[in-house]
Amino acid sequence: MSKDFLNDIIQPENLVYKKTELMTDNTLSYCPGCGHGTAHRIIMEVIEELGLAEDTIGVAPVGCSVLAYDFMNIDMQQAAHGRAPAVATGIKRCFPDKIVFTYQGDGDLAAIGTAETIHAVNRGENFVIIFVNNGIYGMTGGQMAPTTLPGMKSSTSPYGRDVDMMGAPLKITELMAQLPGAYFVTRQAVHTPAHVRKTKKALKMAFKNQMEKKGGISFIEIVSNCNSGWKMSPVQANQWMVENMFPFYPLGDIKVDSELINKECLTVDLKGQ
Amino acid sequence: MGELKLMKGNEAIAEAAIREGVDAYFGYPITPQSEVIEYLMAEKPHERTGMVVLQAESEVAAINMVYGAAGAGKKVMTSSSSPGISLKMEGVSYMAGAELPAVLLNVVRGGPGLGTIQPSQADYFQAVKGGGHGDYKMIVLAPASVQEMADFVELSFDLAFKYLTPVMILSDGVIGQMMEKVEVKEHKPRMTDEELIKRSPWATVGKPKERERNVISSLNLDSHIQEEHNHKLIAKYKEIQEKEVRCEFIDCEDAEYVIVAYGSSARIAQKSLQLLKEKGIKAGLIRPITLFPFPKKEINEIAAKVKGILSVEMNTGQMIEDVKLAVEGKVPVSHYGRFGGVIHSPQEVADALDQKIKGGFKDE
Amino acid sequence: MTEEIIIAGFGGQGVLSMGKILAYSGIMQDQEVSWMPSYGPEMRGGTANVTVILSDERIGSPVLTEFDTAIILNQQSMDKFERTVKPGGYLLYDPNGITRHPERTDINIFKIEGAKQAAEMGNTKIFNMVVLGAYLKMRPIVKLENVILGLKKSLPERYHSLIPLNEAAINNGMNNISEVQAT
Repeated sequence: MSKDFLNDIIQPENLVYKKTELMTDNTLSYCPGCGHGTAHRIIMEVIEELGLAEDTIGVAPVGCSVLAYDFMNIDMQQAAHGRAPAVATGIKRCFPDKIVFTYQGDGDLAAIGTAETIHAVNRGENFVIIFVNNGIYGMTGGQMAPTTLPGMKSSTSPYGRDVDMMGAPLKITELMAQLPGAYFVTRQAVHTPAHVRKTKKALKMAFKNQMEKKGGISFIEIVSNCNSGWKMSPVQANQWMVENMFPFYPLGDIKVDSELINKECLTVDLKGQ
Repeated sequence: MGELKLMKGNEAIAEAAIREGVDAYFGYPITPQSEVIEYLMAEKPHERTGMVVLQAESEVAAINMVYGAAGAGKKVMTSSSSPGISLKMEGVSYMAGAELPAVLLNVVRGGPGLGTIQPSQADYFQAVKGGGHGDYKMIVLAPASVQEMADFVELSFDLAFKYLTPVMILSDGVIGQMMEKVEVKEHKPRMTDEELIKRSPWATVGKPKERERNVISSLNLDSHIQEEHNHKLIAKYKEIQEKEVRCEFIDCEDAEYVIVAYGSSARIAQKSLQLLKEKGIKAGLIRPITLFPFPKKEINEIAAKVKGILSVEMNTGQMIEDVKLAVEGKVPVSHYGRFGGVIHSPQEVADALDQKIKGGFKDE
Repeated sequence: MTEEIIIAGFGGQGVLSMGKILAYSGIMQDQEVSWMPSYGPEMRGGTANVTVILSDERIGSPVLTEFDTAIILNQQSMDKFERTVKPGGYLLYDPNGITRHPERTDINIFKIEGAKQAAEMGNTKIFNMVVLGAYLKMRPIVKLENVILGLKKSLPERYHSLIPLNEAAINNGMNNISEVQAT
């Protein structure tokens, strides 16, 4: 194809989709089929659409998304493992008018950072926590996470998670929803275009809550996959997620405008599926 | 002249922080330094200067709040005592790696473990040899009076921002809990956002279109880049060693023996000098004010003129290693100190030196 | 001039605040001062002591094992600190609750019925001020006017109405101190 031909096509009137400027041109380090890339993109789109790019500071965790700052074209801080909510607290308390968010995985947020997470939420810090839950430690090679499902195999539960030995998976999002400092709590996914749109809507609400200084944390869990860690193809991983993760981690809003709207999810049997 | 007050070391440092225009303090209670956060909470610095004071859920959270605020260019500090400082070491290592300025106070108590709440200097190694993981150092200042507790706030922040490094004020239960006359400085206004951006263009305060994004991180997946970063840090530590040594000499001119002691041990040893004079022993005192950078050259020069050097520390012998490195074998170096929260008396220090001299002052 | 003092008694007797007022008084007459408590879980009922140094020169060690003056307010403190007074030094004590009185013959010993005097004045809280008054009589190194200034500095403003009462207590102590002849 000649270059001239391409130039004919690349015209403003032919534009149907444009990558947000808030994503860098760096190649994503995530595995093909992973949900992180999509999650990154829609967060950046929301920040761009709300006109917050110049006022936002993001906090990246330890985990696969440790390099989020390579992809998100905004000011970012990289936090120690689990400490993102404390780092975000430090920033937000000093700059109450700036927009702050953390982006954390399940090992980071629900294991090593449990205390920082609970207390940031309980203080009602006015920032957004985005919690990507794929039931496994991805970056270190597929070890069991607090969110790993009963019977689910990982490199540190090679015969499946034994609930008697390791306890049940931790539904930290439901725990967070019960704290008075949580203003908006929802669980979403990004494996289909429809889910992506819903998640983006939730993100927009979360960032708007922060802009409007509605009292408290907006907490968005994104149930995602880890096809490498789960040792599946991307398609299989998404199917497995729908069939196994969603029943245990049901999608939908849990708390909106400080009000628990899904009380049922708080009473489900935490041990069973 | 500023206002004269009678204050505990822990209170003086808190008041000095407010007057220095510190933007934020994040802390967690632990004896013997809880007066720092108690004083700040009672003073409502938010109303006085807009300073943020927050009690965190743990020392780990507190140091990471410091990390976040420091990454946003703010003048921020924390304080704790030994067991809490161990917890903070993770954050200190990250700040050293990410080259963030911050000030932390350690009001040292006896250890290891939960140890005792009584004064000690057992955290010397932790403070000057790293403490956290990785190849790093931090500037360590050792106040010997309540006045220095107050004065070192300004000095620490100046050094922290000059070299982009965490700075530790290594105090102990004596200096933290004792009251002395202290002159507190006039209020300095806190920096405006514009001033902050000018001073710290690297700070994450939101990315304007015209500049590249700012990233605060200590991560380098490429080992060659990490090595380069380590080279940069080493060069910085070398410059600090060359330019920032501070120490005090007392009666060293015609001394035959010299005591090296910092912080409260230096105060105690100062009194010992009088007692030694009564015994007819000509003794002097070198008081390192910076423990990193350590006054190597200064001690080396004095070593050439004396018969022996006694390192007096409230621990089982830590700084003596640095004293020996500085002395380069020129004269014998020995150690004396009570520990575990027991404070040596001026008399004990004087007797120890006297006994060692009578025994021929041997290297230890 | 340097005066090295240990004040020792039960927590709750006002040991630490007496030391603080003394230290503030020293500042009022341009002296160097230090106040070093034995800190820890020594609230009401436990033992508490504080080392106060007033000096015209820079103060070396704030921690001492020998003192010019010991102010002793309970038996445990008597057992611990009687022997720490320098020969020729001073010991002031309240005999209330003391079962073994001081025995040294090489120091000056005084007593003040602080608890009794305070009770007679109708306010046991000013006990420590009675003792302070006795000390000032025994060791007139700080002027009364500077003590009053020190009191003003160390008391929160809302308690300044109590200063006359404190002054009366100090005067009471000054009038009721008596020297003990060693036997």
